[in-house]
Amino acid sequence: MRAYGLYFIKRVLQFVLVVFIGINIAFFVTHATPIDPVENAINSMSAMGHSDPGSVEVTRQALRELYGLQGGIWEQYANFWKRVVRFDFGPSLSAFPTPVSQLIATALPWTLGLLAIATLLSWLIGNLLGGLAGYFRRSLTLKTLGVAAAGLQPIPAYLMGFMLLIAFAFIWPILPAAGAYEMNREHGFNMAFLLDVARHGLLPVLSIVLVSIGGWFIGMRALVSNIVSEDYVTYAELAGVPSRRILFSYVLRNAMVPQITGLALSLGLMFNGAVITEIVFGYPGLGNLLVKGVYAGDYSLIIGIASVSIVAVALAVLIVDMIYPLLDPRVRLV
Amino acid sequence: MLKTLRDLLLHNREFAIGAIITGSVVLFSALSLFAPVPPETIFASPPDVAPSFAFPLGTTSRGQDELWLLSASIRNSLLFGIAVALISRAIASAVGLTAGYLGGWVDRVLMSINDTFVVFPGFPILVLIYFVFKDQMSWGLLAVSMALLGWSYDARLIRSISLSLRSREFTVQSLFSGMSTPRILLREHLPYVLPVVFSTTMNNINWSIGFEVTLSVIGFTNLETPTIGTMIYWANQHSAMISGTWWWLTFPVIVVVLMFIGLYLLSTSMNEYIDPRSRLARLRG
Repeated sequence: MRAYGLYFIKRVLQFVLVVFIGINIAFFVTHATPIDPVENAINSMSAMGHSDPGSVEVTRQALRELYGLQGGIWEQYANFWKRVVRFDFGPSLSAFPTPVSQLIATALPWTLGLLAIATLLSWLIGNLLGGLAGYFRRSLTLKTLGVAAAGLQPIPAYLMGFMLLIAFAFIWPILPAAGAYEMNREHGFNMAFLLDVARHGLLPVLSIVLVSIGGWFIGMRALVSNIVSEDYVTYAELAGVPSRRILFSYVLRNAMVPQITGLALSLGLMFNGAVITEIVFGYPGLGNLLVKGVYAGDYSLIIGIASVSIVAVALAVLIVDMIYPLLDPRVRLV
Repeated sequence: MLKTLRDLLLHNREFAIGAIITGSVVLFSALSLFAPVPPETIFASPPDVAPSFAFPLGTTSRGQDELWLLSASIRNSLLFGIAVALISRAIASAVGLTAGYLGGWVDRVLMSINDTFVVFPGFPILVLIYFVFKDQMSWGLLAVSMALLGWSYDARLIRSISLSLRSREFTVQSLFSGMSTPRILLREHLPYVLPVVFSTTMNNINWSIGFEVTLSVIGFTNLETPTIGTMIYWANQHSAMISGTWWWLTFPVIVVVLMFIGLYLLSTSMNEYIDPRSRLARLRG
């Protein structure tokens, strides 16, 4: 139990480090660069027509306060952390006076749902098929699948989404092109709404799954083909253990352990993929909100989304790390 | 080195196919050096011409000859990918070699930072950077920012090789003959990790070009520089799919996907060459 406690503390420290460095980068980018967001906003406002100096000065003061930019650099730094910890990034400029945190809270579940489903599906399918391909080396079907999965892997999520969109919403329009549900549909936990959400989510999920299966497939195939030649597998074969049991309890169980670590490490990339896919499909998650925020010049919203993304990914990694000891008992022994 | 490449070309099918695809794309990009007019000039040709004998890939709605535009775009995208890969390889090698050789607390600190960068969601951070810099967002700044986000995965790989080099006899000998640490790392250890650095370069080029395409398509880069991403951006702006100018979208997508697959094949087949275990597995088939 003590070993598990040590492992737990180490993982939590890593989580704190990720959040600390991430938020510092966000602060550095927004505050230590020579570009002043307030002047930027005022420039784009006053470009539209002439305005008197008095009201510009008032706007300048108001924006400074709104963005948490008053005082010295250390005061701003403390302010920045306060906003992150309290999950309060002030009101959004583009959807004034709705608070940024409320906009993020409505968008976040869509992103997390898309991310969780796509990650789990690609991890399960990729590992299962890869494991089978490593075990049944001569199967032609599995070899072909391997080539296909590897060929799709280098394509970025954006292009994959784009190609699927053109194929299934345009050339052969059987699936909706945008959104997460029909515009006029009532929200609620009924069958019709859930089916509608599933129908809209199919293409985004598919486009993430198609590009990310390859990595798991190749990794698992290599792991399994190494384990198959281990002595204990040969021994089990000679002892007459049924081959289904060898595959699942002897081979796949062991090969899965490094893949769980891989899952934790891949979450940042998966998050990128999910956010980008949302933009292609007009899915109402963080990615879309981010892009809209940039177009609208909404400074607080952008900082809010960047900070929340860092914390969310770090938290997801921590959760996967917590599951790891359940599957690898060695962590508890060390 | 040359002999190895020749053997790979002759005996490894994946490497040969990858080399042919990548080579063709690079040749095509070199074509842009002979462009009759600067390819980004708009309305230098009649707009919306379908692929024909005079315009093999058609022209865009902005009146650009797509053959030259595409060639310049893929050249810029490739150069961008190479720039990001070079900078991030330098960081990855420095961190990986130092952590593996010095070990102890240096290793622990460097690897904690490394693991932090592995899980960072790079996209929101890059958008944040774009949002702050807006018009001042240059090609170089984007390359440096992306390199700073893209070194970590491979630093771990390099460290694992460096760890095994540390206990080899020649390291002990160089240490006893009074070589300084930087010299040991550069002169003795670097040559051993170079093959891995080289194969990760291909993957990193793919990653950065993919990222650049994504950012450009949303309009978050300098849109006047022709790259594959900005080409798709302008095609979308003019609703190329709906207005029937399909060649404007289709050709850049085909070229960039070909290049992804070509570089990917090169990288995996080189990995196979570097890692003897997978070569054995191949023989056992």
